[in-house]
Amino acid sequence: MWTWFHRLASPPSFYTFAERLAPWLLAFALIATGYGLIAGLWFAPRDYQQGDAFRIIYVHVPAAALSLSLYTGMAIAAVIALVWRIKLAEVAITALAPVGASFTALALVTGMLWGKPMWGAYWVWDARLTSELVLLFLYLGVIGLDAAFADRRAAARACALLAIVGAVNVPIVKYSVEWWNSLHQTSTILKFGKPTITTDMALPLYGALLGAYALAGVSALRRMQNVLLLRERRATWVRELLAERAA
Amino acid sequence: MSIPATAAFTATLGRELRIATRHKAEWLMPPLFFAIVVTLFALGAKPGDPQLAALAPSVLWVGALLAALLTLDRLFRGDLEDGWLEQVFVGPAPAMGMVLAKLLAHWLLSGLPLLLLAAPLALQLGFPSGAPLGWLLLGLLMGTPLLSVVGGFAAALTVALPRAGLLLPVLVLPLLAPVVIFGSGAARAAQAGLDPGGPIYFLAALLVLSLTLLPWAATAALRNAFD
Repeated sequence: MWTWFHRLASPPSFYTFAERLAPWLLAFALIATGYGLIAGLWFAPRDYQQGDAFRIIYVHVPAAALSLSLYTGMAIAAVIALVWRIKLAEVAITALAPVGASFTALALVTGMLWGKPMWGAYWVWDARLTSELVLLFLYLGVIGLDAAFADRRAAARACALLAIVGAVNVPIVKYSVEWWNSLHQTSTILKFGKPTITTDMALPLYGALLGAYALAGVSALRRMQNVLLLRERRATWVRELLAERAA
Repeated sequence: MSIPATAAFTATLGRELRIATRHKAEWLMPPLFFAIVVTLFALGAKPGDPQLAALAPSVLWVGALLAALLTLDRLFRGDLEDGWLEQVFVGPAPAMGMVLAKLLAHWLLSGLPLLLLAAPLALQLGFPSGAPLGWLLLGLLMGTPLLSVVGGFAAALTVALPRAGLLLPVLVLPLLAPVVIFGSGAARAAQAGLDPGGPIYFLAALLVLSLTLLPWAATAALRNAFD
């Protein structure tokens, strides 16, 4: 088990592993997201209070869940990169930041579109919304810091430190609705005990969630592959790979 | 030969304060900037507008934040250029003690003057004197060290970059968003006659967390500028 992990952390074997995994993950992502969106947008019953507007959860909830999960993943990769100096973890920080920023922006935009008919305003200065906006700025800060360095290893270590410090915001976003009784409603599925959502609505949501996680996984894998190729462009395995492709 | 951390700390603090007394203009500009920014808010509003007093905590906190940003870019830059930082990392004394001393010096020279100016500026904006003013100042007393520590961490991250001046505000401002929220939240609660304890405790928690974690992170970031 450990030797397998150890081998996977070397760039060439990770590259081939990602090359094999990514198409399957993409196929799963398309099926799950397709089921979640079609079943959620057409077949799930209307909400008795929110009508059809509730259907935005099939995009909003997966996007918001991923904005937090990806930041957590980035912070874990940052700790690994700083403590064990594993190159693959450094690559993961660079690769996860743009994916996370996109999902955060998607969560904010879908939330605003839902907020207009439900709350009567696109934006309110509520704890959940504000902390999610700060999360977006943190992602953009990591992307900006990464782009500013010429040396890739120094960039990765600087980004790792920033990602760890910014991780304080993650529990604040997660629990803001409970700590401050904000306008944003509390979670209906990700909690202990019986979900307060009917199965007809919940199943497509689980599908959309799984699909979004798989989609984020695919984009992270593909990004990591590209970053690896760019960083290791002078290494023999990259040259051999390119020669193989050209032939 | 090893040097105790306290000796390194006091020596660095003395050095920083000596340098500051020889470059007075550098440390007089941020408080002046703070006063001008706050005054411009008052000038932009309708004369005698009661809303200005309601916005006073927010104006003072953002003004303090911007004034702190002015000095951050140069916090470690001179030390990198004249080789002091490199000597710190090859020398026998613990580097974190010296980084901590630099951060404390930054607060003494740029945070404390803002704190002293905040009371007259708050009254100028029509903020009520007495207990609400006390809470506003208590918030700033805990918040201005946070500006130095969080800002010092971001300055350490960008010290080796040629155009850090553009990147630095983007890194610092989101990290300081909670400080502004709780700091002005406490002042607003006191202004409205509510209990400002909650936001003040949050600010204290942030201060303790930052003081323990960030000097370490800043030292690691500075070391990163060399290897």
